[in-house]
Amino acid sequence: MIPAQFDYAAPETLEDAIRVLSEGGPEAKLLAGGHSLLPLMKLRLATPSLLVDLRKVPGLHGVHRDNGTWRIGALTPHAELEHTAELGLVARAAGTIADPQVRNRGTIGGSLAHGDPASDLPAVMLVTEASVTLRGPDGQRTVAATELFRDYMETAVGTAEVLTEVRLGAMDAWGFGYQKFNRRSEDWAMVAVSALVKQTGDVCEDVRIGLTNMGSVPLRAHAVEEALRGQAISAESIAQAAEHADEGTDPPADLNASSEYKRHLARVLCRRALAEAAGLK
Amino acid sequence: MSTTVAVRLNVNGAVHELEVEPRLLLVHALRDHLGLTGTHVGCDTSNCGACTIHLDGKAVKSCTVLAVQADGVPITTIEGLAPEGGLHPVQEAFWNDHALQCGFCTPGMIMAATALLTENPNPTEQEVRHGLEGNLCRCTGYHNIVKAVLDAANVKSASLEQHPEVTA
Ligand SMILES: Cc1cc2nc3c(=O)[nH]c(=O)nc-3n(C[C@H](O)[C@H](O)[C@H](O)COP(=O)(O)OP(=O)(O)OC[C@H]3O[C@@H](n4cnc5c(N)ncnc54)[C@H](O)[C@@H]3O)c2cc1C
Ligand code: FES
Ligand code: FES
Repeated sequence: MIPAQFDYAAPETLEDAIRVLSEGGPEAKLLAGGHSLLPLMKLRLATPSLLVDLRKVPGLHGVHRDNGTWRIGALTPHAELEHTAELGLVARAAGTIADPQVRNRGTIGGSLAHGDPASDLPAVMLVTEASVTLRGPDGQRTVAATELFRDYMETAVGTAEVLTEVRLGAMDAWGFGYQKFNRRSEDWAMVAVSALVKQTGDVCEDVRIGLTNMGSVPLRAHAVEEALRGQAISAESIAQAAEHADEGTDPPADLNASSEYKRHLARVLCRRALAEAAGLK
Repeated sequence: MSTTVAVRLNVNGAVHELEVEPRLLLVHALRDHLGLTGTHVGCDTSNCGACTIHLDGKAVKSCTVLAVQADGVPITTIEGLAPEGGLHPVQEAFWNDHALQCGFCTPGMIMAATALLTENPNPTEQEVRHGLEGNLCRCTGYHNIVKAVLDAANVKSASLEQHPEVTA
């Protein structure tokens, strides 16, 4: 399978990348790791006129911590997140993406800009209350993860904007869990659940639950959070709260699972993710 | 209409200057332009790992990389893993442990396994299985492949050092 023809540019500065991208018009696309875009182009489901490769643009790589904030460059590959254990939930979820080869190429910026609700990092960004920096011809803006994912594979990233950085608070005081269910180890999630739990003694001070592939965008399971916040943590209280995991969701059926089966998975995986986050095993 | 682009492919220590269409996939550049047919195309959909090579020392699926993205980056293919006439310890272990039948997945398996052992020289069986999740074998079954990787890891690291990858 061979992509349709396109023009190619590999600018050496962010300013040039933005200029070439905006001059290229709506059919021009950025290229990061290429592990979402190139498969689509090989199937001719995407036929961009111009690819603007970010590989030579400096300053978009790496994971840095400034006091209580993580700054992650958009071109940081999943493998680097996976191997930065201090990132907690982000590292854990990144390590479940596809396989080592895909994790060596795919990037956090590409994953978030692409906005596939079955991808692992978008829901993790919701629960860590992350934000992204977008740079375009009109300057720079910050968009919260809650505003980033608009619809199925539709994000707030403009056609001439580059996602340059992801910021999230260090979640040192939080326990985390990530439970992903798929048929084959390298597949996308049928459903995945992210859990963050802050405990004082056995009391759940705060909790955040993220749902992957339970709708056209990643979701927070607020009903679970409300059921558990302030309660004593036990296998029973977790199991009861997790029963709310599919509340208000309407997951579309797909090749792998019916809507009802996804709801079932959300409840079961939520219970397991909470137990993992709370250190109950 | 796309024009051609100049790329320098640094493969197994030799630099090749090519004029290519931007849409040329790296695996086709290696096989069709450079004649390095050890790298296979199994699925062409980024799933099977038969096309695995090392790009800057990391295992990647070369059917999902454009040749232009590899411009100037050191590449190792199965042909460059051991000096001419020799075998890399992982190749030797695959031979000894009968870790192949038809051999179609083998180059990709070996490239994934060597990258795995570079990152983790003493993996557990579980870590080997996890590390080979990007590679499918349709006939040998994974048992002997995993065994070969574990056996290669047990070969003294000194022996691995005698077979450094041939890169510039
Ligand atoms: C076999 C296979 C299995 C996979 N399984 C999973 C999985 O289980 N879980 C998962 O989460 N993902 C999975 N993926 C997807 C993988 O994680 C992708 O790499 C990722 O989603 C996209 O990142 P990329 O850098 O490859 O982006 P690209 O493919 O380069 O780009 C994707 C899109 O984002 C845009 N874009 C890229 N970078 C930027 C930027 N900095 N600013 C603005 N726009 C940008 C591009 O224009 C394009 O539209 C899988 C991929 C494959 C091939
Ligand atoms: S041919 Fe590249 S992954 Fe199958
Ligand atoms: S040896 Fe035949 S596919 Fe693996």
